[in-house]
Amino acid sequence: MSILVLAEQEHGTFKKTAAELLAKATELAGSLGTTVDAVVLGTGADAASLGAYGAARAFVVDGDFSSYDGDTAVAALAAAVDAASPSVVLAPASYLAKDAIPRLAARLGTGQGSECTDLRVDGGAVVGRRPVYAGKVLCDVTVSGTPAIFTVRANSFGQPEAGSGAAEVVQVSFDAPAPRLTVVKRETPEQDAVDLTEADRIVSGGRSLKSAENFDAIIRPLAKALGATAGASRAAVDAGYAPHEEQVGQTGKTVNPSLYIACGISGAIQHLAGMRTSKVIVAINTDPEAPIFEHATYGVVADLFDVCPQLTTKLGALDS
Amino acid sequence: MKIAVCAKVAPDTTTPRIQPAADGSGIDTSGIKFAVSPYDVFAATLGVELVEKKVAASVHLFTVGDEGDVATLRSGALALGCEDLTLIGDDAAKAADALGASKALAAAIGKDDGITLVLTGKQAIDGDSVQVPGMLAEFLGWPLVSMVSSFETDGTTFTAVRNVGGGVQETVQGNLPAVITCDKGLVQPRYAKLPQIMKAKKKAVHTPSLGDLGLSADDVAPKASHTAYGEPPPRPPGRVLDGGDLSSTLDQLVTALRDEAKVL
Ligand SMILES: Cc1cc2nc3c(=O)[nH]c(=O)nc-3n(C[C@H](O)[C@H](O)[C@H](O)COP(=O)(O)OP(=O)(O)OC[C@H]3O[C@@H](n4cnc5c(N)ncnc54)[C@H](O)[C@@H]3O)c2cc1C
Ligand SMILES: Nc1ncnc2c1ncn2[C@@H]1O[C@H](COP(=O)(O)O)[C@@H](O)[C@H]1O
Repeated sequence: MSILVLAEQEHGTFKKTAAELLAKATELAGSLGTTVDAVVLGTGADAASLGAYGAARAFVVDGDFSSYDGDTAVAALAAAVDAASPSVVLAPASYLAKDAIPRLAARLGTGQGSECTDLRVDGGAVVGRRPVYAGKVLCDVTVSGTPAIFTVRANSFGQPEAGSGAAEVVQVSFDAPAPRLTVVKRETPEQDAVDLTEADRIVSGGRSLKSAENFDAIIRPLAKALGATAGASRAAVDAGYAPHEEQVGQTGKTVNPSLYIACGISGAIQHLAGMRTSKVIVAINTDPEAPIFEHATYGVVADLFDVCPQLTTKLGALDS
Repeated sequence: MKIAVCAKVAPDTTTPRIQPAADGSGIDTSGIKFAVSPYDVFAATLGVELVEKKVAASVHLFTVGDEGDVATLRSGALALGCEDLTLIGDDAAKAADALGASKALAAAIGKDDGITLVLTGKQAIDGDSVQVPGMLAEFLGWPLVSMVSSFETDGTTFTAVRNVGGGVQETVQGNLPAVITCDKGLVQPRYAKLPQIMKAKKKAVHTPSLGDLGLSADDVAPKASHTAYGEPPPRPPGRVLDGGDLSSTLDQLVTALRDEAKVL
């Protein structure tokens, strides 16, 4: 009755959430008196290396996961659950988790706690703490079915140090279902940045940027200097300064970075809904009364057209 | 072909403050304005557009909720041009979790074998759970396409563009039946005008019991429970930096980010 962690990989490299979740699972398993296993979809990655973050066994499901297929993912995860018989399953709150994990829960007839930002052990069970109502309220979630399934937002616990263990690799086979969906086209954005929902640093721009050219000339270089992903307010997206997928907020992405820099963003309730759990918030705004300052860790009352280029230079100098 | 739209009533996005109830069992709903969850308005709009294009015969709304939600669903979704509303609102259904609600929705939708397309929001903005569409797809045994920003169908096959994260967009094709979850960019959401709202007052609302759907209270008993609702911990107070001139202010910022907040 272990804790089974979904260690997501991309092109043979584990995502940062794998180490983060395994380390948290190891802590929870200590209190529960159980062990930690990992499930890996596809054979490309070094599954034994997950032992460095506490996985005793790594269940590697052999199959074609080169492009995402929900039916395949659910069948593979169900096979891994069958092989590992865990009492708890932890998965990152990624696209895969949003699409496949609820299907897995329904197939197993169990419940799910979504998008947790904290996990603890209470009364011999795992309890998730999670934002609801766009983060305006938090609540606990417990699951009475087996396994208890939780998805966890990226960057909730931080990156652990690697230890020295190696996981025992267990191969799992499954019957891949006949495909019902065909992917006919895949479009990747030009900038190869980390997905907003997984990004550890974000620089966002608002209406005040005034044009797409300014957005590209002011916001993106600052993001690049920080190794951050660019984000935008809805006003900036609606005006065409940034694409839809960069919108942060109630009707955009919910993000959870350690650093969020809001440039010329007023801090409307619907924008805050998407970024209020950010650990450190920096607000750059000419209006000292802008609501964003009430939520900012650090505020700079100045013109973003002056601030951003200077800050980009200063950060660039820091690295060299 | 007929379309089912699953819609839920949730606090309006402009509600500035949502507070936990004193006993922590949920939120304090006094003074909150309710609306159809915004992504569900996208779903209803797409459904109505497909009827206007004569691809679909009709759109039928389904909700697991409260009698009190009917008025909001009438003006916020039915009035857009949906045919009727099915409310599953027994006490046991109201107490259900996502798993139970999905089971009830699947049973109700499954009663009409003319329905071959289910449209949902990508997430409901109360619990932000993203569970019901996947669970529903599983109970129906239909494929699921999540976070769809473009959708076309001829009534038999469909082409959808889904946002799979990292700005990556995939175009997928398949055959109906299917469950589609609606994301931003899919349609320009519609809001009903007064004459449409007046007309919607006469539209049929069906209220099957769980028993009518072949389910018992046990079938929808919650497996996940949400408790201990509380305020988020207050953010440590922030400060406005001012070093006299901009360069010094930004030096303060870089130092604070590096040495104090330790995020650089
Ligand atoms: C149903 C609904 C859903 C919504 N969903 C979202 C959402 O998902 N995400 C979202 O962001 N919004 C959303 N909104 C919109 C939201 O209410 C705000 O309108 C929007 O966030 C404002 O964007 P902004 O801060 O860029 O623009 P504004 O509110 O216009 O603010 C611009 C700010 O820039 C400052 N400024 C101007 N010039 C400069 C300069 N040179 N240097 C520095 N500062 C400057 C100003 O002082 C001001 O504070 C939603 C609204 C509704 C009704
Ligand atoms: N109680 C409900 N009644 C009808 N549809 C629902 C209900 N709960 C969720 N849905 C649908 O499922 C979508 C995702 O909701 P959720 O899984 O709660 O994030 C919503 O946008 C609705 O389309």
